[in-house]
Amino acid sequence: MKDTLLRWFHKWGSPKWFYDLSGRWMPWLAGLSLICLLVGSIWALAFAPMDYQQGNSFRIIYLHVPAAILAQSAYMLLAILGVITLVWRMKMTEILATACAPIGASMTFLALVTGSLWGVPTWGTWWIWDARLTSMLVLLFLYLGIMALQDAIRDPSSAARASAILAIVGVINIPIIKYSVEWWYTLHQPATFKLTEKPAMPMEMWLPLLMMLIGFYAFFAWSLLLRARHQVLIREQKTRWVTQLLDAKPATKSDPSESAKS
Amino acid sequence: MHKTNTTSLAQAVGVCIRREFLLLVRRPSDLLNPLLFFALVSLLFPLGISPTEAILQPVASGVVWVAALLATLLSLDSLFRQDLLDGSLEQLLLTPHPLSVLVMAKVGVHWLMTAIPLILMAPVLGAMLYLPTQAQGVLMLALLLGTPVLILVGAIGAALTVSLRKTGVLLTLMVLPLYIPVLIFGTSAVHAAAQDLPADGQLAFLGAILSLTLVLAPLGISAALKVSVRQ
Repeated sequence: MKDTLLRWFHKWGSPKWFYDLSGRWMPWLAGLSLICLLVGSIWALAFAPMDYQQGNSFRIIYLHVPAAILAQSAYMLLAILGVITLVWRMKMTEILATACAPIGASMTFLALVTGSLWGVPTWGTWWIWDARLTSMLVLLFLYLGIMALQDAIRDPSSAARASAILAIVGVINIPIIKYSVEWWYTLHQPATFKLTEKPAMPMEMWLPLLMMLIGFYAFFAWSLLLRARHQVLIREQKTRWVTQLLDAKPATKSDPSESAKS
Repeated sequence: MHKTNTTSLAQAVGVCIRREFLLLVRRPSDLLNPLLFFALVSLLFPLGISPTEAILQPVASGVVWVAALLATLLSLDSLFRQDLLDGSLEQLLLTPHPLSVLVMAKVGVHWLMTAIPLILMAPVLGAMLYLPTQAQGVLMLALLLGTPVLILVGAIGAALTVSLRKTGVLLTLMVLPLYIPVLIFGTSAVHAAAQDLPADGQLAFLGAILSLTLVLAPLGISAALKVSVRQ
C-alpha cells in the first residue's frame, strides 16, 4: 500500500508520465465537454421553460453560473496545487498551477461580463457595488496578481513557488465571496446551487444547468491539460524524450494528442 | 539544533529589533516620505471632489483609510530590499533561530516606526475632511488594529518580490486585493461612529482579522523569503 502510494507520488514528479497519461485523457475530456456543452446549451436556450418574472433573459444563467462556480473552483485548485508545490516540490503541480491561473482568470472575467449583461434587463444597470460582484472583481485581481508574479520571476520553479504562496494567502478571499451574500444585504440573489437543499428551480430548468456545469468542468480540465502539456514541452525541451518525440513527428503542427501515442 | 550556537532566541530577537530600529532612525526619509504621501493624497480629495462639508464628511473615513493603506504599501517596498542588497537577509536565513520570529521582530519595528506616526496624524486629516469628533477615536482605534494587518500581509508581498528589479506596481497589484476586508471593516467602523452608532462589531472583525494575520503571516513571510533568496 505504502509502496504504491509512494510510486504514485513519485510519478507526479515525472513530466513524461504526465504527458503520456494526459494524452490518453484529452480526447475523452474534449468529447465529454463538447457533448455536454452542445446538448446543455441547446436544451437551455430552446427547450427549458421561460422564467415567469425575467422572461428569456434568465437564460444567461446557463453561462453565468457555471463560469462563476468554475472561477472559484479554479482558485481552490490553484491553492491546493500551491500547497502540494510547497510541501512536496512536485514538478507537475508547479506546471499545473501555472497553467491553471489564466483559465481561472478568464472564467472570472466571463462570469463578470455575463453577470453585467444580465444585470441590464433585471436590475436596470450594468454594474452595482454589490458584495458578490465586488468580491468577484477582487477574485479577478487576485488571479491577475498571481499571473503578474508568475510572469515577473524568470525561473519557472521559483515563479511557481512564489505564486503558490500568494495563492494560499489569497484563498482567504474565497470564504469572503461565499459568505458576503449573507454578511451584507444586497441585490444579488443567493447561490443557485446548494448541495444540502433541493434546488429552488424546477427540474426542467435545473437539469440543463447541471449539464452545462459538467460541460464547463470538462472543458476546464481539457484546457488545463492542454496548457500544462504545452508547458511540459517547453520546460523539458532539452530532455531526450521530448527531442525524440519531436524528431518522430517533424511536422510540429500536428495534434499533440496524436503525437503522444507515437 | 546546533550545539555550537551561543546566542539565545531572545538575544537574536533583541539584536534584530535594535538593528532595524537603528536603520530606520538613520534613514529618516523612509519614515517621512510615507507620511507626506499620506497627507498629500488626503488633500487631493477635497481638490478633486469638492471642498464642501456636505460632500466631504460622508467620504472622510474612506479617504483617510485609502490614503493610509497606500502610504503603508509604499513604505513596504524598502522593507527587505536593503537587507537583500547588503547580504544581511541571507544571514537572517542562515541563523538557527526560527525565521518567522526574527521576521516578526523586523516587521514589528517597521510597524511601530511607520504606522504609529500615521495613526497619530490621521485625526488631523480627519478633522480637515470634516470627520465628526466622536469618530476620531474610533478612526485611531481602527487604524491601530488595521495597520498591523496591512504591514504583515504587505510584507508577504514584499518578501515575494524582493529579488526582482522592478516591484512597485507588481507589489501593489498583488497586495491591494488582500487589503480589501480591512478597508471594508475599517471604514464602516468609522462610518458607524460618525453616525453615533456602535462600532464594536466592525472593530471586533478587525481584531479577528488581526489575530488571524498575526498567527499566519509570519509563516508566509518566512516561506516567501526562502523562495526569493534561493532563486
